[in-house]
Amino acid sequence: MKLLPFEKPLGELYEKIEQLKTLSRESDIDLSSEIKKIEKRAEAVREDIYQNLTPSQVLQIARHPNRPDSLSFFRLISEDFIELHGDRAFGDDPAIVGGLGRIDGRRVMWIGHQKGHDTKENIRRNFGMPNPEGYRKALRLMQMANKFGLPIVTLIDTPGAYPGIEAEERGQAEAIARNLREMMGFGVPIVTFVIGEGGSGGALGIGVANRVYMLENAVYSVISPEGCASILFRDAKQADIAAKNLKITAKDIVGLGVADGIIPEPLGGAHHDWSSVSLAIKAQILRDLAEMSTQTPETLRQSRYAKFRAMGVFTS
Amino acid sequence: MSIIDWFAKREKNTVDTTEKLNIPGHLWIKCDHCQEILFQKDLKDNAHVCPKCGFHFRMVAMDRLALIFDPASFVPEDENLGPTDFLSFSDSESYTDRIRKAQAKTKRQDAVVSGMATLNHNPISVAVMDFSYMGGSMGSVVGEKITRTIERGLAKRCPVVVFTSSGGARMQEGIMSLMQMAKTSGALDLLGRAGIPYVSVLCDPTTGGTSASFAILGDFNFAEPGALISFAGPRVIEQTIRQKLPDGFQRAEFLLSHGMVDRVVDRRELRATLSLVLDMVWGCPAV
Ligand SMILES: [Zn+2]
Repeated sequence: MKLLPFEKPLGELYEKIEQLKTLSRESDIDLSSEIKKIEKRAEAVREDIYQNLTPSQVLQIARHPNRPDSLSFFRLISEDFIELHGDRAFGDDPAIVGGLGRIDGRRVMWIGHQKGHDTKENIRRNFGMPNPEGYRKALRLMQMANKFGLPIVTLIDTPGAYPGIEAEERGQAEAIARNLREMMGFGVPIVTFVIGEGGSGGALGIGVANRVYMLENAVYSVISPEGCASILFRDAKQADIAAKNLKITAKDIVGLGVADGIIPEPLGGAHHDWSSVSLAIKAQILRDLAEMSTQTPETLRQSRYAKFRAMGVFTS
Repeated sequence: MSIIDWFAKREKNTVDTTEKLNIPGHLWIKCDHCQEILFQKDLKDNAHVCPKCGFHFRMVAMDRLALIFDPASFVPEDENLGPTDFLSFSDSESYTDRIRKAQAKTKRQDAVVSGMATLNHNPISVAVMDFSYMGGSMGSVVGEKITRTIERGLAKRCPVVVFTSSGGARMQEGIMSLMQMAKTSGALDLLGRAGIPYVSVLCDPTTGGTSASFAILGDFNFAEPGALISFAGPRVIEQTIRQKLPDGFQRAEFLLSHGMVDRVVDRRELRATLSLVLDMVWGCPAV
């Protein structure tokens, strides 16, 4: 597993433990008390690191290459998942995926940004940065869900919508804006989880939901800390400070009333244990869908609008 | 212009065209486009459009309202709404200081003017964005005032017209700025269900979070000639793809040819165009 820069002290301790173990095996000297001591120290260091993460360290966890991805979550959480492709107008964007699945027998429409775990897959998925046809595929599938009365569950994980020539030509702004408006009008429950990076309008484009949750080490931001730093601080290296200023962590986002709750992750991050995180997300979906299953389409629409209508801080 | 380009330009040239116009005693001005020396009064009489080449200068909100709507018909609303630094955001300057400076410069609370006006004696709920206030960026106040403008149209059952000019979401209000995109777009869902027309007039520049929400969702999208309209700013795209962008990329005419706006409308014909389409779909006869 790739160690993040701030995990280096931990990596060194783990290496030492390995060395001692090898030495003990090869030389027949009993080093078990020595090893135990270092293991104990590693445990303390580990807790110390993860209980005091800075926003930019959280961001690194949110971007970890082994972090669970949308398609994996769909398959871990639901039975009978079947992926559906294409926007029926231009193409099929690999950076947004969707399809039908059953969660403990409840049928849902899944939508999510899709990143890869290695360079090859990331290039195919455009690093999870959708083009307009991705948002239009998502819209088509959500409209289908609305038509058949199926709840929608979306997973957010993108650095942002792709900034490219063709994306602009095909109406990136229009594709996102239309999703914001249409999602507000659906008469079925919508639940959103920010599972990794919630990057700007590209994230929100599938995030207008009745309930919004942050995974513990996920981030949600109006602009990437690097982008913000290069504009306001005129130096991309100031991203740490920008990350602090922007208030992007799960705690901040819940504190501001933009998300409703936090899905806990194992110590060190979701990449250490995909299945426990899947179970936590699944439990949350089932709770919310049970609660919302008795609400009328009009109530679902109205409460979703009321939720976003209340967002904003100003003086009057 | 994206917010990034705006900051870049601001470094080079701190005085923009509209400011030059406002300095008393400056009776003439050079056209940015054809270099013609123009009398300020001629420019003003011509809707701030260069009489020689047709270049559309940026306009301040009150001039625009006066140009489009019935004389003295505009009544402002929600003027008391003001921004606040609820994240304690601070870069080279604190957000609080930036607010104070922008307010002193523009004499308004935030980057949008809104209220009721009439067009041929028909009531219109209207909002005009002001680019000279922190690049027209959208934070809580802009989002709230746009939303209230839409809701006023809904309550009074009258058309809604918004003039956009904005570098995008306001970074200093973090995630709350992003959420204004959902709030404003969601209000448009209600307006659409009620069958009330919404006209978006996209002015230079309209980019980022503003373009990806209420600016592009008009029943009618009209763009001013030459206006920069984009999701991602040209500089961000150039940095990403590492190649030069084609001429006219992301200009109003480019959006027209790619099907994103209904018409590119010369500002001098904007009142007539608005009157015509609103009469067609809503019955607002020009008296
Ligand atoms: Zn000229």
